[in-house]
Amino acid sequence: MKLRANLVIGGALFVLAIFVGLLAPWLAHTDPVMDANLMNAEEPPSWTWWFGTDGQGRDIYSRVLYGARVSLTVGIVSQLINSVIGVGLGLSAGYWGGWWDDVVNALTNLMLAIPSLIFALAIMAVLGPGLTSLLIALGLTNWSFTCRIARASALSLKSQGYVQAATVLGYGDLRIMITQLLPNMLGPIIVIGTLGMGSAVLSEAALSFLGLGVRPPYPSWGSMLSEARDQITTAPWLSVFPGLAIFLTVLGLNLLGDGLRDILDPQSRSRRT
Amino acid sequence: MTGPPLIEVEDLRIDLDDGTRRVAAAEGISFRIDRGETFGLVGESGCGKSITALALIGLLRQPLSIGGGVIRFEGQEIQHLSAARQRELRGNRIAMIFQEPMTALNPVSPVGRQIAEMFVLHKGKSWREANQLAVEALASVRVPAPERRVKDYPHQLSGGMRQRVMIAIALACGPDLLIADEPTTALDVTVQAEIIELMRNLCAERGTAILMISHDLGLVANVCRRVAVMYAGRIVEERGSADIFRAPSHPYTQGLVASLPRLGSRAALGRTRLKEIAGVVPAITNFPDGCRFNPRCAQATDICRVVAPPTDSLEAGGFVRCYHHA
Ligand SMILES: Nc1ncnc2c1ncn2[C@@H]1O[C@H](COP(=O)(O)OP(=O)(O)OP(=O)(O)O)[C@@H](O)[C@H]1O
Ligand code: SF4
Ligand SMILES: [Mg+2]
Repeated sequence: MKLRANLVIGGALFVLAIFVGLLAPWLAHTDPVMDANLMNAEEPPSWTWWFGTDGQGRDIYSRVLYGARVSLTVGIVSQLINSVIGVGLGLSAGYWGGWWDDVVNALTNLMLAIPSLIFALAIMAVLGPGLTSLLIALGLTNWSFTCRIARASALSLKSQGYVQAATVLGYGDLRIMITQLLPNMLGPIIVIGTLGMGSAVLSEAALSFLGLGVRPPYPSWGSMLSEARDQITTAPWLSVFPGLAIFLTVLGLNLLGDGLRDILDPQSRSRRT
Repeated sequence: MTGPPLIEVEDLRIDLDDGTRRVAAAEGISFRIDRGETFGLVGESGCGKSITALALIGLLRQPLSIGGGVIRFEGQEIQHLSAARQRELRGNRIAMIFQEPMTALNPVSPVGRQIAEMFVLHKGKSWREANQLAVEALASVRVPAPERRVKDYPHQLSGGMRQRVMIAIALACGPDLLIADEPTTALDVTVQAEIIELMRNLCAERGTAILMISHDLGLVANVCRRVAVMYAGRIVEERGSADIFRAPSHPYTQGLVASLPRLGSRAALGRTRLKEIAGVVPAITNFPDGCRFNPRCAQATDICRVVAPPTDSLEAGGFVRCYHHA
């Protein structure tokens, strides 16, 4: 298999983001919340303050590192919830068909009709701000594409010889779904999941920017942007670095998703079977 | 042998519901298979062999359904078992292998795992034990180096090897009946013979009965003790294999036998198809009245075109469904 540039660069950016998030306590220069010191407020980037400091004298570099934790947690966990819901509904709807399929279809169309960020906003408004609410809101609102793909795959896979053979061999429905259908649709599901993680990182930033996400003073890239809004002309580094972090992470996830699509492509897959 | 036969089909009718009307895709199907017996079902494409097999394992799905008659497995009526009980029978007591070894295995799962799954599913084994048993099962179908082969994916195996794996899966739980629906059509001739031989030997060793389904009368007669010939949804003749060759009774069977190379020649095992009888098989929605073979039958008389002939028992055993049989 030829290593593709998008796969390598995307994978590297994603791994870097995870690495940064995990090792934040060791990589950071200061505590992102406690080490406020008005003596060095709004310092521009320098050898001492790599990314500069904010209005309360906190080190932007350290805050960006810790911010990765929030963004990635939200990205990964909420997308996992979406994937589980989407696969669960889509797979069973495609395999069973009938009224259950109608119900799932109606639900999916509903989700597709409402922009997911608006839906998430509404959920956040009910649950109140905070990390848990973010995970729930974003985890419940972005499963429709996964569901569509899982349903379509199940529909086409269920007429495959090995699925019928499994029925003849006494496999129950659940066993067929898990052992015969799911592994054969995993490629596209992973691709969509990767792309979905990128959009969840963006949504987290948007919701935190609106003050609905992670509460200050704990840093998230979105909330840092939000706080930096007033100083965008006087201290642009306050917005540039968290913005860049969001950009690189989302870019990385999108490249990774594209790269995975290339290698997990159903076309190249069916040639083997 | 005492007790009920292993499987007993009585006057089975299979309906095909195309939304506007119901037609019988098969009717008046009756046969029995004893423990360890080999029984063949022969007929042209579309005559209803596969749907009969699906009915036996309770897997007819819309638009097909059982329209009448009974199927008993060890005396128990299959249709009246719960879905869960039927599922326990499938793969465990009644197993089935198909024509297409290329597609009948899950492409993303190692073959050993697919064999092991049967032990986990039906015998309640742990995965550890099941994996061990899978190696033994693969060895029993004479796959070389089974401990290594279990880790292979289907695309790494040849067609013949895959069909061996299918047989290993089907026989894993020691079923009482193996249904083989055109098990070798997709394979080349030498591999065909090997696979048939393997299947026959394994089943004989284990006392597993075989229901063998094929277009190929020569092949079926070679494997099975008794053969039923199907035509357009009905069994027209059922006899001992040797009798059918020596003295076919039904005009259709006579045509089949005449179209075959001499019994015993190598080609009889091969791919000779049933095709030299003039005319075509009627479409399911367009079965003629009376005997369904009458448009193609040289001996047909007026009654043949009006009333379907009843079954007629033969002295030597078996029956035939024809007014003017030999
Ligand atoms: N799912 C289905 N929907 C509609 N018609 C069906 C279906 N399955 C089978 N039939 C019809 O039922 C009849 C019998 O089919 P069956 O598959 O049993 O034939 P067969 O004898 O096994 O033929 P072959 O040798 O080609 O496998 C055919 O006319 C077929 O068109
Ligand atoms: S019943 Fe009549 S038409 Fe049918 S096979 Fe016999 S002779 Fe021919
Ligand atoms: Mg068939």
